[in-house]
Amino acid sequence: MTEQIIRMEVMRYRPEQDEAPWLQSFDVPYSDDMSVLQGLNYIKDELDESLSFRWSCRMAICGSCGMMVDGVPKLACKTFLRDYPGTVRVEALHHFPIERDLVVVLDDFMEKLERIQPYIIPRQEQALSEGEYLQTPTQLERYAQFSSCINCLLCYAACPQYGLDSSFLGPGAIALLHRYNMDSRDGASEQRMELVAAEEGVFHCTAVGYCSEVCPKHVDPANAVNLNKTRAAGDYFLRFAKPKGRCQ
Amino acid sequence: MNKRRPYVRPMEGWWRKNPYFIEYMVHEGTALFVAAYALVLLIGVVRLAQGEAAWKAWLTALQSPLSVFAHLILLLAIGYHSYTWFKIMPRTLPPLSLGGKRVPGGAITATGLIAVALASLALLALAWRIST
Ligand code: FES
Repeated sequence: MTEQIIRMEVMRYRPEQDEAPWLQSFDVPYSDDMSVLQGLNYIKDELDESLSFRWSCRMAICGSCGMMVDGVPKLACKTFLRDYPGTVRVEALHHFPIERDLVVVLDDFMEKLERIQPYIIPRQEQALSEGEYLQTPTQLERYAQFSSCINCLLCYAACPQYGLDSSFLGPGAIALLHRYNMDSRDGASEQRMELVAAEEGVFHCTAVGYCSEVCPKHVDPANAVNLNKTRAAGDYFLRFAKPKGRCQ
Repeated sequence: MNKRRPYVRPMEGWWRKNPYFIEYMVHEGTALFVAAYALVLLIGVVRLAQGEAAWKAWLTALQSPLSVFAHLILLLAIGYHSYTWFKIMPRTLPPLSLGGKRVPGGAITATGLIAVALASLALLALAWRIST
């Protein structure tokens, strides 16, 4: 395998000395099987050890290495240098504040993730002695796709509505919320409905659909968001039809 | 002292930076043409209510070269709008299954587009029958 050289233009932002982010060019030797992440690691090991970026698994499962590659949200470990002949531009994930270089501030998403209660809240608490909560393959099928989310936040970087107003709950959190709502063992969709129907909930979405396009796990968050628009609207009207609670 | 100084990037011109967003904006923009055509039809109804002379005048106005040209533009814009509308449709529908298998997005889009084509042809044939 012959070694070629690629020019990697990497976004730098060092809060203690840079006013704004800028691009630094590095010439990186690469082979056909090298990912963008490996290119960045080459830079860090051989050219500039001060470069900061997140990564862990190198196999598209931890969701740490989300960044913009030539302007498109990508997992750096799942994107190959060979697909960008000549030059490749690597920037911090769009729509998030930049902490340093390619590292973005995730606090906003973490807080949202917590708010949606991303865990099963049993419909009926079952004693240990009663055994496990059972589920059929068909019931599993209803949420399986949405459970593939790895929280890489590429969908947030693809969502202009989130970029324009970060109060929007956003594609990833809504997809996860939907994943738990669709689980036959869960009984908390009514609690979560408040978030769905809120001002910052699903109606912030204008169906751009790019979130689903960039999702490396085929979760299709746009589908989760749009299905919940229907649910929220239905819930709103049904509230008049079937009053909750008993008559006094 | 806290050295943290998170940098927030501006959103200006966001839709020009990605072909996907340009297509989205064009899709949203062509909705205005749909509204414009609805207005044209609405004016027709108003003219009809005003009596035969007004109705005839409206029909003649529709046949002017300018109007024919405008309709051509409307047709193109609305055609593009429906194309992109059906393209996004699989993302907005609940999962559909046929014979236990999930219907792929492409099939949903294709079915929608075929339905549009058939409905348009039927309408065209009907209009043709009435006007000849
Ligand atoms: S390093 Fe884990 S997803 Fe890329």
